[in-house]
Order: sequence, then structure tokens, then C-alpha cells
Amino acid sequence: MNYNVNQKGYYGTFGGAFIPEMLYPNVEELRQKYLEVMAEPDFKKEFNQLLKDYVGRPSPLYFAKRLSKKYNTKIYLKREDLNHTGAHKINNTIGQILMAKRLGKTRIIAETGAGQHGVATATVCALMGLECIVYMGEIDIARQAPNVARMKMLGAKVVPALSGSRTLKDATNEAIRDWINNPVNTHYIIGSAIGPHPYPDMVTRFQSVISEEIKWQLKEQEGRENPNYVVACIGGGSNAAGTYYHFLHEPDVKIIAVEAAGLGVNSGESAATSVLGKEGIIHGCKTLLMQTVDGQITEPYSISAGLDYPGVGPMHAHLAKTGRAEFMAITDDEAMTAGLELCQLEGIIPAIETSHALAIFEQKTFKADDVIVVSLSGRGDKDLDTYIKYFKL
Amino acid sequence: MNRIQNKLQEDKKLLSIYFTAGYPSLNDTVTIIQDLEKSGVDMIEIGLPFSDPLADGPTIQASSTQALKNGMTSEVLFNQLKDIRKTVNIPLIIMGYFNPILQYGVEAFCKKCQEVGIDGLIIPDLPVDVYHDDYKTTFETYGLINVFLITPQTSDDRIHFIDSVSNGFIYMVSSASVTGSQSGFGDENTAYFKRIANMNLKNPQIIGFGISDNKTFTQATEYAKGAIIGSAFIKFLSDTSVNAIHEFVKAIKN
Repeated sequence: MNYNVNQKGYYGTFGGAFIPEMLYPNVEELRQKYLEVMAEPDFKKEFNQLLKDYVGRPSPLYFAKRLSKKYNTKIYLKREDLNHTGAHKINNTIGQILMAKRLGKTRIIAETGAGQHGVATATVCALMGLECIVYMGEIDIARQAPNVARMKMLGAKVVPALSGSRTLKDATNEAIRDWINNPVNTHYIIGSAIGPHPYPDMVTRFQSVISEEIKWQLKEQEGRENPNYVVACIGGGSNAAGTYYHFLHEPDVKIIAVEAAGLGVNSGESAATSVLGKEGIIHGCKTLLMQTVDGQITEPYSISAGLDYPGVGPMHAHLAKTGRAEFMAITDDEAMTAGLELCQLEGIIPAIETSHALAIFEQKTFKADDVIVVSLSGRGDKDLDTYIKYFKL
Repeated sequence: MNRIQNKLQEDKKLLSIYFTAGYPSLNDTVTIIQDLEKSGVDMIEIGLPFSDPLADGPTIQASSTQALKNGMTSEVLFNQLKDIRKTVNIPLIIMGYFNPILQYGVEAFCKKCQEVGIDGLIIPDLPVDVYHDDYKTTFETYGLINVFLITPQTSDDRIHFIDSVSNGFIYMVSSASVTGSQSGFGDENTAYFKRIANMNLKNPQIIGFGISDNKTFTQATEYAKGAIIGSAFIKFLSDTSVNAIHEFVKAIKN
């Protein structure tokens, strides 16, 4: 079984490029050039240099001793939270800004939900001196004020998405409309492993530095490259894609994908796409998608703004369908409890997205000698307000 | 021969109107179609509303949101249209995004279109390549003409490919934009209209996006077989009344 994208842009039956003709020239240019550009020695050199000196990579692979003791297994945390801007998102934006420059683009657009990808995009645009416009749902702008301020300080223009439900899905629609209106000078930095081909593959490749590092870091610490499990939370699925990438074709490595169950998978307030979704088309790709029987896209819910996307990247849809990955759904309450536990056992305040991945240890029993690598995708500073309200701190 | 093909052979410039099914009220669909024909419109695009219309500007988005709130679905639309051919003779095209059609089942959707007398489909996010490989045979089985878009950025090679796959007309998007976002055509637009006109394509072209009044209609049809009006008509429906459709059409045709 092949878990990578094929020549036509599909992962099994998922993926492709279902885009209006207006977007075709841009997406086609990217499709023809992305692999070639990424393989250029100059590109690689610049990308790796920035990841090292600017982002602060490699991110540590930290053996979580007290957490491991509590669950009687061996848990390693891949510390993406220690990256510049506080999450894995920057790996992709560094890659894409270098791509945009090589394609001769002068104007950058992005969508953002919680604001993490928006901040990561505004950051690299400042770094490269490029114009930056970030689309963000009007409702998200109101509930993520610090990230809006960060983007503005970094010189980005934050444009409210006023259509539909005024959250991430609508911000993505607005970014796509902007790209239709500006087809020549603009590059769209998509923040997750979603969108028309080649985006899911390109984003995955930029994020694959996560699993590349895990391999040699685990070799140093455990004497072997492959853990028994790799675990990551999934909204669109970019940190998960990067965490799994180099293990996809290692059959002895089990893959766990953690979705947000919100108030409960069947509560009507959930974002567990692998359970609730049906094959459909969103933002240019065929994937599992939460929708009505009539094919209208529905609004998901999670306490975590980074996981409430109604779709999932096409690679993950394929991993779910083939059974290569085990999908687990974690509720708001379970995630919040696990987040607080990590604070108190390890002195690390995780992003609420990440807390979902940490909550699996209450649900699933591992063997004492299992080696489990969890992607600690982001830090929790951005979520303090939610933590304060939830725990009445 | 399909009604679209017949209409394209008439020796006149064609006026085509887009409206969103189920807007302003759920059951306005049939009345709007009948009034448009009576007012002298040559062809109609019936918009099947979608929650996430990527290629549409605020006017059509808002009408789609309202239509969905009113309860419009594929099933409801087909029910509304079941007797439409008893009263309406001009070509009818359904324009909608791919996901609702995919959920209905592409073949079931095409079959139903044929039953009620729909002549063609415009699906902006179904790329020509996917159509050609996966769905062309199904569309043809049910006598449906699929219409593709081209834009000022579409390469000549791709235009020729689209022309070879098409068997009705080519929908020429007037400029790089979503629907309803410009007023008036400039030199850049005309240069593009001329370029396409000089390609001598097999299929006639009908220009859409940015046509809102008699002036833009006349400009567009100088170079193409016809023009499509969408956002301006939706705006008229929301500002005026469904009872005054003939006034809108009259103003365009002057």
C-alpha cells in the first residue's frame, strides 16, 4: 500500500484538485514546479538554514519521565512548541515563503482560524519583506485578540471573513476568492495539509522535518529509529502529516490520529471528521467532510480553535479508510484535563489542540516497553484565556 | 438536437440570466423562470445553492445562504421543476458546485435533469480533466451539455482542449474575479475578448462576470455570441421585486 500522493494528486480515492478554472493557472504552476524547486540545492540550503537559525530546529525530543511513570510506558514529546512563534506552523510557512519567492510572487495571502498560522505567515512575510494579507473569520477575530495584535505588529493586514459562519472555513473561502481576484502576483500559503493538489503534499513535505528529526533523535536516545507509536492531533492535519511522514511505510510503527470530539462524537457539537464525515469536496480536494445529506458543509465544534475544521487532509482520509492509522476522538473535557496534567507533571503548558493528543493515555493502555512519540504541536500561551475560563483560575 | 445547441444557431446575440433557486423565497423558482422567458430572455442558469461558493462574490453568496435557509435542496429543486417543460421552452441550465451533485449521485442527478428537461450543467469546481476522464459518458447518456469556464489567464492550449471537450458553448469569464465584482470593461477586457474571438473555436462563447447593464451587455456581445447576467439580477430581485422582472430585462435589451 502506498500512502504518499500519486502522480495525479490522489491518496487512494482522496485528494485531486477540484478548483474553479480561475485558479487553474496558479495551482498548475505550483504543481509543475514544487518538487523541482524543493530539490534545488540553494532552496534546501536556505530552508534548512532558516529552520536552524530562525525557527530554532531541531526541536528537542524530550523523554517525559513523570508522564511515562504515571501511564507505565515510555512517552517522548516532540517539542514543536519550542519553535519560534510557538507551534509547528512555522515549518510550513518558511518553506512556502521561499517557494513564493522563487515563483516570483510579491503578495502573500493566508487563512487562519485561531491565528497561529496567520502569525506564522505574518512572521515570514516580515522576514522576507513581502506584503501579507490574512483572512480570519469575524468571530475568530473577536475571540483571538492577542494573535490579531501579533499579526498587525508584524505588518500584516487582517481582513475579517464576514460570510457564512465567519470562522476558519469561511476565512479559507475568502482567501481563495482573493486568489481568484489576484491571479498573477499572489501566492496563497495554505496552513494545513488540505486544499487542491499539490498543497497537501507540499505542506506535508515541509512539515516532514518533524519525523525526520524524530528518527535520528530516537536513535540517539533509544538506539532505534522507529517508535512503536506516533501520535498527533488532527484538524486539517499538518502537524500529524509531518509527524507520520517518515513512518508511513514502516509497518512496525503504529499511527494514532486524535480528533476533537467536542462535547461528544454524537452530540451534534463535534469535529470528529473521520467518524462524522462522508466523502465530499471542500476547498479544492476530495476528502472526508462533515456535511448534510444534501452536500452542504456543516460547522464543526471543538473547544480548540485549531481542530474545528469540517474536513481533514486527504492523506489522513486515506489513512483512516485503509486502517493504516487508528483514529481516536477526545472530548473537550478529556483534553482540558490532559492539558492540565501535562502542566503539573512536566512543567509544560500545551496548546489545547495538543492536549487532545495527550488525552489518549487515559483511554488506551500501552505496554511498559512501548516507545510512544507524541507531537507536542504547540504551546498553550494562546489558550490561556480558555484555560482560565475552563478551570476558573 | 439539444435546446442549447438550437438556441446557439439563432442569428442573434443571446441574453442569459442566472438566478439562485429558492431566492428570494423558496417557491419563486418557477415564476422567475416563466417571467424571464416571457420577458425575452434566451437562456436561464438556475443556481443550485451551496454553503461554500468559492467563485462567487458577496451578492450571490448572500442569495445562496438565504436560499439554503429557505430550504432549497437538489430534491426540492427537481420537484419544483417537474412540470417546467409544460410552460417553458428556452434552454435551462443548472449551475452549481460539485459537492451537492456528488452527494446526490452524479448519475442520479443527470438522470433527474433529463427527466425534468434540463439541457446542461455548469459546475465551476469540476475541472475539465476530471469531467473528461470520469463523467463525460454519463452526461452524454442523459443528453446534458456541460459548460466550461475560461479566463484571461487560461492558456491557448487549454482553451483548445476545453473547446474539444465542449459541445455547446464556452463560458468566458470576463476578467480575473469572482462574480459581481467589477463595473464596466476596459481595454484589457476587450483585448481578451478579441483574442478569443480570433481563435475561431468550434464552440461559440458567452461572456459572464461583470455584465450588469445595457452598456456592458452590448460591449460583451460585440465579441461573443451572448452574455450572462447574474449578480446584477440577484441584486435587482432583492432591491425591487420578483414581479418586475420584465423591467430588468427591458433595461438590458434597451
